[in-house]
Amino acid sequence: MKALYKIALLVIVASVFTACFNKSKPNYQYFPDMYEPISYETYGESSAFQNGKEGQFPAQGSIPRGFTPYEYENTNEGYELAKANLISPLDSASIDLPRATELYTIYCSICHGDKGDGKGKLVEREKFLGVPNYKDRVITEGSIYHVVTYGLNSMGSHANQLSQEERWQVAHYVLKLKSEL
Amino acid sequence: MKKVGNHTSFSRILLFCLAFSLSFSFTSFAQDTAAAAPADVAAPDAGAGDPAKGKELFNSLCAACHKLDARATGPALRGVADRQDRAWLYKWIKNSSEVIKSGDPYAVKLFAEYNNSVMTAFPQLSDKDIDDILAYTSQPKADVPPPPSGDVAASGAGSDNGVNNTLVLGALVLVLLVLIVMLILVNKTLRKVAEANGIDVAENEPSVSLWKAYAKNQFLVLVTVILLLLSSSYFLYGYLMQIGVDKGYEPIQPIHFSHKIHAGENGVDCKYCHSSARVSKHSGIPSLNVCMNCHKNIAEFQGSKDSTYVDYSKEFYTAEIQKLYDAVGWDKTTQSYTGKQKPVKWVRIHNLPDFVYFNHSQHVSVAGIECQKCHGPVETFEIMKQDAPLTMGWCINCHRETNVKVEGNEYYEKIHDELAKKYGVVKLTAANMGGTECGKCHY
Repeated sequence: MKALYKIALLVIVASVFTACFNKSKPNYQYFPDMYEPISYETYGESSAFQNGKEGQFPAQGSIPRGFTPYEYENTNEGYELAKANLISPLDSASIDLPRATELYTIYCSICHGDKGDGKGKLVEREKFLGVPNYKDRVITEGSIYHVVTYGLNSMGSHANQLSQEERWQVAHYVLKLKSEL
Repeated sequence: MKKVGNHTSFSRILLFCLAFSLSFSFTSFAQDTAAAAPADVAAPDAGAGDPAKGKELFNSLCAACHKLDARATGPALRGVADRQDRAWLYKWIKNSSEVIKSGDPYAVKLFAEYNNSVMTAFPQLSDKDIDDILAYTSQPKADVPPPPSGDVAASGAGSDNGVNNTLVLGALVLVLLVLIVMLILVNKTLRKVAEANGIDVAENEPSVSLWKAYAKNQFLVLVTVILLLLSSSYFLYGYLMQIGVDKGYEPIQPIHFSHKIHAGENGVDCKYCHSSARVSKHSGIPSLNVCMNCHKNIAEFQGSKDSTYVDYSKEFYTAEIQKLYDAVGWDKTTQSYTGKQKPVKWVRIHNLPDFVYFNHSQHVSVAGIECQKCHGPVETFEIMKQDAPLTMGWCINCHRETNVKVEGNEYYEKIHDELAKKYGVVKLTAANMGGTECGKCHY
């Protein structure tokens, strides 16, 4: 009889250890001081800064390496100026069509459609309405770049998802799509 | 007698199913008529234009900035024909900038009120087209199919299901009980029959208890001990090996974000939100402005008829969108940012130990590996969880098995050829190229 109890006990203990994995809590670690970082982690919290966050704004006025300051303002006048004057810095050799296609597919086609006809998946599912066909709009490479940078009306800014160079690639690709519509 | 009881419970279930299906067909029928009624009423009094054509035009041209009942980039347009006269509206829609320039006080006020955003000119629209659009915007707000009754039906359906399940279980229990009772009865009658026939029912002879006999048999004891040792070490090993492995970790996040809806049903690319996975070590938790790229427009969850949301209601999802608005400081009635922000404390799920280096861009952009390869079918996850164990063995396995795409990489052609010759393989794996060296990931 005792052995039976022992077996039962063993089964219970084993199942307590193995079966009851609480999925809303991380598991135990062997040596937490080797697992857990001492340095700041991306998106982490840190008491070193006043707002308690690791993610800080860059110092005011600093410019990232390879960044060109963008002079047109996020206003209607800025839009018109960019449309008229802004010229792409990319020459024909540096336009990377496969990459531009990929970027367009990730960031634009969900609303604007793979062909730029304004029939993306979100539009077809009626989550977003009134996305224009590129054919119906007067757009230049400058205005496309401006709109991707700042957003326009319902469209938001995509400046933090696409680098400046990538935005130019996309602008060229949009013009290519427009010419094919 | 028992069989009859069994029968009634089955017929009850049948009746229930019938009632259940009937109630469904009735409610759906009721909703159809409710939806049809307002349309019928609206059609005659629209008069001047064709609302159906107007809706088409509205959705393609106006809906980017205007909603019918809520302020968006521009004002809500339901009943706009009552606010201004037709001639003014024709002028405004065809070229609003000119109306503003002419100094029309209402136009100037409107322009200032909506953050000086210029409305696109629509010279291509005829007066007839505008009449159609106005006919559409003048339609009275369609009565939302009465939600209380729908709710009742839905919750009723849910509980019906529960009742059904419990009924089936109850019936099973009943059958089992009946069987036990029958066994006892059979036993009793057999004994009675034996007594009547004068047969002695042999009572159990007192003998050495089983356990004592077992303890005396040393061989059996030895075998048991060995078995116990083996099995306990098996479990112990299993327990020790899963320490530090977070596979299946599924924490509760501050905002319920459904990858199933966003990446699955709506087909938003992983990299739309996790854009830094292309270019950096981190895959990046999207900042809230990325959410607002879409959710500026999508303030409530609508779902679609073909989708099934088992656990959560539309109200629940809409409340979660509201949480996003609260965090980012977006006032949806005035369509503007209030400036009151509070950070969202997302709970990190995939977390490698500090002594491991992992770079997303190397895997996503250079190797071209699908996100799902390591993160699992995220587009089907209602709640995000860790799908892979993320152990070293798991990493190394993939490095050993994955062939590296070397085509179209002329710059390294020679070294690739030499490596392939050195290892005597046709296709190079990541391991062949140093993917199993300690220093590649541990530094």
